Amino acid sequence: MSIIQILFYLLSGLAVFAALMVLLSKNPVHSVLWLIVVFFAISGHYILLNAQFLAIVNLIVYAGAIMVLFLFVIMLMNLNAATEPNQHIWMKLAGVIAGGCFLVMLVSLASQAGDMANKTVLMKEGNIGLIKELGKILFNEFVIPFELTSVLFLSAMVGAVVLGKKDNTQ
Amino acid sequence: MMTVLQIDVLLLIEKLVLIAIIVLASLGIALYTTFAERKVAAILQDRPGPERAGPFGLLQPFADGLKLIMKEEIIPSHANKGLFILGPALAMTAALMTCAVIPWSSSVELFGRKIDLQIADINIGILYIFGVVSLGVYGIMIGGWASNNKFSLMAALRGASQAISYELAMGLSLIAVLMLGGSLSLKTLVEQQMQPGALWNIAYQPLGFLIFFVCALAECNRTPFDLPEAESELNFGYHQEYSSMKLGFYLFAEYVNMIMSSAVMACLFFGGYDIPFLDEKTLSPNVAAVLGLLALLTKIVIFLFVFMWIRWTIPRFRYDQLMNLGWKKFIPLALFNMLLTGFFILMKQEGTWQSVTHLFNK
Repeated sequence: MSIIQILFYLLSGLAVFAALMVLLSKNPVHSVLWLIVVFFAISGHYILLNAQFLAIVNLIVYAGAIMVLFLFVIMLMNLNAATEPNQHIWMKLAGVIAGGCFLVMLVSLASQAGDMANKTVLMKEGNIGLIKELGKILFNEFVIPFELTSVLFLSAMVGAVVLGKKDNTQ
Repeated sequence: MMTVLQIDVLLLIEKLVLIAIIVLASLGIALYTTFAERKVAAILQDRPGPERAGPFGLLQPFADGLKLIMKEEIIPSHANKGLFILGPALAMTAALMTCAVIPWSSSVELFGRKIDLQIADINIGILYIFGVVSLGVYGIMIGGWASNNKFSLMAALRGASQAISYELAMGLSLIAVLMLGGSLSLKTLVEQQMQPGALWNIAYQPLGFLIFFVCALAECNRTPFDLPEAESELNFGYHQEYSSMKLGFYLFAEYVNMIMSSAVMACLFFGGYDIPFLDEKTLSPNVAAVLGLLALLTKIVIFLFVFMWIRWTIPRFRYDQLMNLGWKKFIPLALFNMLLTGFFILMKQEGTWQSVTHLFNK
């Protein structure tokens, strides 16, 4: 087994385990922390795929910013295991069935997709994930979608400011 | 070449030794930075400062460390025990992880091997630092929350929101530097400034440096932005419930952070291991590497002194002033700096002023 394979299995195991812990933890703060571990494992996968930029941006944006906001909300609302609403057994059962159906559909779709058939993942190859190549593609081929996304972000920002202002005048 | 699992064993050993040296050296410097802090405070306040332990009080940091280790370790009864321990560990880990991408000097030749004095020259170096810095927030937040103390929690939330806010302006001011250098690798950025005839980036980016420096103060929780530890409002801050070496880790992580941010600033704006008015290529590589390392350390020490000087001179900001400064002053200023840099780069590429106006008329 090569080092890349060992790392792959290690990271995959970590990601699956941490994802399970996100669901199984009683304490929401623990869930958020496990989710951060998941992001780390996924970033590790990105690095194995030679997509360093994606890996670090995943960490900065998700682990560094969004999860901090999650923690903010949970800590300020003081959510604890005890405050979790007790759901009815039928609700839980329905959730399990719905989730299971979704999983089966996803797996069957993924295994039958023409794009993915008979293809192996390129590990540590290709330079599309490096920042130079990514920048060239983003600003040449995909410049319009890229700019549209930035307009979308701007509108979201303006929306956030408007919502924040509303509280102030009251 | 001996290989295990396709890894060069010698390279592995080399890197492990390098990591050990750099981490230990960082801790050693941090140890003496605490001493320097007390001495600088003493000088600025016209008193002798620590002078009893050893000659000139040079053994004081060891006495402090010993005292911290010997103290009783208290975990509050209602604290979340696991996270309470994880907090300081994370703070320290995040602080030390930064040193991986800092180029400490050019390469030396030892035992016939060319050894880079940098743990990893990855092509996203500066982004890596940002990633690690944003993780440092968790050390504060987790510790503050797990203490199960209202003051700690408030301080932790303050610290986290301050760090996130100033990270934005820091990143924006950094973009201008990256536009000049065209690379994210710290080593490449330093080597560009080392070229004969090239000026340090501070000459091109005075505004960018100012923004970056102030943001670094805020990121390290230093005065005038040390609101997470504002004792007059929050008792002691996010580490109020901590004692013994766990508290020591939090305090120590702050000093390691200061050293790392000084090193990053030296690399980005002050030529890293470049010695001014000297062409390093005329020296033999080993001598150049050692002198370069000394040059970088000198720059770091100067920055550390400025950090301390500011701490003992300027009073603390109010929390709303801090947020106003970050969001309403520095972010627009950094954006303006970026625009200005872009304009000048375009002008340089196009040659003359006429061609720029021509470009706009097109």
